[in-house]
Amino acid sequence: MDDLYREVIIEHYKNPSYRGHLDPHDISFADNNPLCGDHIQIDLRVDKDGKVAEARFDGHGCAISQASADLLLESVIGKSLDEVKALNKQHILDLLGIDLGPVRLKCALLSLKVLKAGVYGLGEASDSLVE
Amino acid sequence: MSFNVQQIRKDFPILDREVHPGVKVIYLDSTATSQKPESVIEAMNTFYRRSNANIHRGVHVLAEESTAMYEQARVKIAKFINAPSAHQIIYTRNTTESINLVAYTWARANLKSGDLIILTEMEHHSNLVPWHMLAAERGVRLEFIPVMDDGLLDLDVYRSLLFQGPKLVSFTHMSNVLGTINPAAEMIQMAHEAGALTVLDAAQSVPHLKVDVQKLDVDFMAFSAHKMCGPTGIGALYGKTTLLEAMPPFLGGGDMIKEVKLRSFKPTTIPSKFEAGTPAIAESVGFGAAVDYLSSIGMEEVSAHEHEMIEYALERLEEIPGLKIFGPTADKKGGVASFTFDGIHPHDVAQILDRHGIAVRAGHHCAQPLHEKFGITATTRASFYLYSTKDEVDKLVEGIYKVKKVFG
Repeated sequence: MDDLYREVIIEHYKNPSYRGHLDPHDISFADNNPLCGDHIQIDLRVDKDGKVAEARFDGHGCAISQASADLLLESVIGKSLDEVKALNKQHILDLLGIDLGPVRLKCALLSLKVLKAGVYGLGEASDSLVE
Repeated sequence: MSFNVQQIRKDFPILDREVHPGVKVIYLDSTATSQKPESVIEAMNTFYRRSNANIHRGVHVLAEESTAMYEQARVKIAKFINAPSAHQIIYTRNTTESINLVAYTWARANLKSGDLIILTEMEHHSNLVPWHMLAAERGVRLEFIPVMDDGLLDLDVYRSLLFQGPKLVSFTHMSNVLGTINPAAEMIQMAHEAGALTVLDAAQSVPHLKVDVQKLDVDFMAFSAHKMCGPTGIGALYGKTTLLEAMPPFLGGGDMIKEVKLRSFKPTTIPSKFEAGTPAIAESVGFGAAVDYLSSIGMEEVSAHEHEMIEYALERLEEIPGLKIFGPTADKKGGVASFTFDGIHPHDVAQILDRHGIAVRAGHHCAQPLHEKFGITATTRASFYLYSTKDEVDKLVEGIYKVKKVFG
């Protein structure tokens, strides 16, 4: 009935496969969406070839932000860090399979912003990472 | 003239808008900004088509006409809040700028390190951040009147804070989240007895209640046109004449001066002293038209209708299992219902409601500390105005059950 809330989004929101923490981890980063208070932390373990071996996220927020985090982590397992750096907005939209207006886009992109800021080793996540 | 909501709805062209094919908008977001009646839209339109010119100094017909319209609107606004004179109405961009004006001029001229300002825990960011900035710059102290679980201010704590000799008490007349209508007259009197001046954030009260600045005896009052059927881009600061006259100017530029030398200037008198540069002229005309519109209906009628709406809305919303409404009972609040629902994020609630044409707001509504106080990050907010109907409340309730269905 509601294309924005496709079954896959509701499913990943309610039963995420990658929710949790990794301790120890190689990369960890967290950020908020100040507009709605969505919060996401992502932990990564990287193997000796520089590829993402394990990934977990934790946080709270709307279905779009949390489902996109779960889908994103599923998609980066086995990817090199350079490949992760190359991911952009379109990657998230493809994973979600929906179009989003400017406000909800921020929710959807929060996890990618956090992931890339962590991988780049930045002090602060900026919107320019996901444009 | 008796209040007829169906008649009033005809004055607002946007209420006919289909936001999805075959789905008309149900606008429950008037606390963020109100819709505009035809008369306001037309007044601005006509101004641009017939009268537009820059104000003051011009001697041609259009300049004279524009200046007169700009000043006539000021007179209307003054009358609307029962200000003793029109020169006590300073045009600003909005409530936020009005509060900043007081913070930058009066407060910086009169407050020093260690002086106390009392605010409340239910303030909008516009009545917090200007004071945070002042505190960081000048070392003034900020204390906060707590909000109790029932959404009312704890006036006992206020009373005890007043013993600390505050210089200023700045608070909202009506909370944009809880809807709480604070006992402004009483709080202002208490502040005065303690020797403090007062700023009233009336962004949510002037559009919805009859507000009389002389009865309130308030020193400064800030409000915005866009929340009261007027255009965006213009608001007002009311102030007592002696205070406004003694205050240094705010922004420097054209129109706020008496004379300018190469190395110095003398500011002019109020209100121009605070209105540097070409102002929002067409918007002032729209502001005046908005005041005319509300006056033609009567603010008592508007409040009575909204009271009926919130009573009905709370009754219907409270029936919904898992829905929690924040704020006081209907008799102590305006037309605002902020709620959480069943652990579903307000963004998701608002988004699904939008699919059914229902426009509500989701988030912290620029009152983050208040949300933290209640241990939540965000709420969904439905708000009502003179054009809202019980039928729209029913649609909202149906919509919330549909949200439940999506999330199973």
